[in-house]
Amino acid sequence: MTSKRLVFTRWGRRLSRSQRDDLHGRLLVSPTMLVVLVFVVLPFLAVLVLAFADVRLVDIPRLSLDRLTLTLANFQSALGSNRFWSALGTTLAYAACTTAGAITAGLVVAMALRRPFRGRGLVRALVLIPYVLPVVAATTIWKTLLNTEYGLVNAVGRQLIGWEDPIAFLTTRSQELGGIPIPVALVTVIAFEVWKTFPLAFLFITARLQVTPMELEEAAAIDGAGKVKAFFHIVLPQLRGVIALLIVLRFIWSFQNFNDIYLLTGGAGGTEVLAVRVYEELVTRANIGTASATGLLMTAMLLVLLFVYAWMIRRERT
Amino acid sequence: MNGGDRILGVLKWLVITLTVIVCAGPPVYGFLLSLRPFASVAAAPLSLIPSAEEVTLEAYPIAMGEYGLGGFMLNSLQVALATVVLAVLFSVLGGYAAVRLDFFGRRSVNVLFLGVYMLPGIVLAVPLFVLLSRVGLTGTLIGLVLVYIAQTVPVALYMLRNYFIAVPASVEEAAMIDGCGRLALIRRVVLPMALPGIAATSLYVFMIAWNEYLFALLFLVHDRPRWTVALGISQLTEFSVPATVLMAGSIAVTIPVVAGFFLAQRLLISGLTAGAEKG
Repeated sequence: MTSKRLVFTRWGRRLSRSQRDDLHGRLLVSPTMLVVLVFVVLPFLAVLVLAFADVRLVDIPRLSLDRLTLTLANFQSALGSNRFWSALGTTLAYAACTTAGAITAGLVVAMALRRPFRGRGLVRALVLIPYVLPVVAATTIWKTLLNTEYGLVNAVGRQLIGWEDPIAFLTTRSQELGGIPIPVALVTVIAFEVWKTFPLAFLFITARLQVTPMELEEAAAIDGAGKVKAFFHIVLPQLRGVIALLIVLRFIWSFQNFNDIYLLTGGAGGTEVLAVRVYEELVTRANIGTASATGLLMTAMLLVLLFVYAWMIRRERT
Repeated sequence: MNGGDRILGVLKWLVITLTVIVCAGPPVYGFLLSLRPFASVAAAPLSLIPSAEEVTLEAYPIAMGEYGLGGFMLNSLQVALATVVLAVLFSVLGGYAAVRLDFFGRRSVNVLFLGVYMLPGIVLAVPLFVLLSRVGLTGTLIGLVLVYIAQTVPVALYMLRNYFIAVPASVEEAAMIDGCGRLALIRRVVLPMALPGIAATSLYVFMIAWNEYLFALLFLVHDRPRWTVALGISQLTEFSVPATVLMAGSIAVTIPVVAGFFLAQRLLISGLTAGAEKG
């Protein structure tokens, strides 16, 4: 810390202290900045270039910037394929349903656990299980539960409820139920995601409920309003902010989810979302260009969503 | 109390019961299966509780030894610990600077990190795979550690910042007047006071690195001896490995996370009480 010795006059001391803080600040942040620049910013710039280049996996050893020729072919190929559009539809349905499901479940459980009772601490701890369980463990257990030969769900269905055939939950694209086609595999991956993420919604909403005074509701009860009415008119309006935040966060995360879907179905049975598309383009088709273009389109859509959210918040404030 | 409220009271307990079954059920089911021979599971999938004479722990050594999960766990442990040490070190230094020091670019740091947090992992995975292949870092655990640090440091820094804000600046100024250098100050004054925060942050980083799947799949799938445990278990489900062995593996990956939680909880509490004693 030699910069400390730069003290000469009163005026100089002030200057050198701020200079010293500036220097130290930059030095202390530099490891973080370096790792983020090299492993996040640089790759993001690379994806911008790769999306406009004709590159395959086999080209990697010979890859260099000056040899790349820029083209729009990757975007044409991505936007021109039916799989892209069906993956976009699946992604939107998946993100919307998991967001709505997780927040609703989190809200219901948070309300049920609002008043203290014996064992509430234990129940709260158990609620967090799906959230902290490693994804791979959770998906492996779910796959076993839903297995057509020895899984518990199909065993219950066939031996207790009376299903004729086992249901292949993770590969069935569509099955009629009372004349309505149900996208079984998609519903299953949505159910998994709701199960895995509702604890977070529960935590957020519980935290907000703890600072919500009960007096208003008690007054409403005295006035003869039922609990249902009190919930919709008093509690829910106070939760608006936290629910809006949860909608944005959950939608963004579900929109880009790869692990949970890929581990459960591998994208089969009508569950191919955009993130799985990017992976398929990269690994199966060995096409870095179209994979990058698809990824970039995904990022652009997320950015648009974020801007809409920011704009809505602004409009609400003014 | 009107009729509607009475129905609500019943509904409430229904919801609580259902929640407990739905949340705790799958891991309990996995654990119970891991204790039974596979033939018995296939023959009677409905009898959940293993009978006394059939209870066996043999699925665990089979998973660890024969299918190599023990080695994979060791790989994961190395990766996760290296990530925790470096990511927490970087974020302690960076977090301190962001709280205490007015330096050029302080504000842009925040924006950058929010961006990192929101950028889809799968989008970064493509160029990272290309770049790391180019420099020969795919197929090594080092490449994975570097990527994990970049993925966790922004949030770790953000988490730690809130704990550093709670450390009074006057204590630091006193130490500085006593001739304490910046790094010594962080080590001797700031770190001990922010210990609970560091424990929580370490646990967060450990969990991310231990559970991570996508980058491990992309970088290491062709390199079986280097598989992490998350990759190992998911790859085993592709082969005809008995479900009981898979369940044993799933329970085994969960144990370090649960242990981490208990450990961190003790640290969190002891950190709080240590502060209280000095009053």
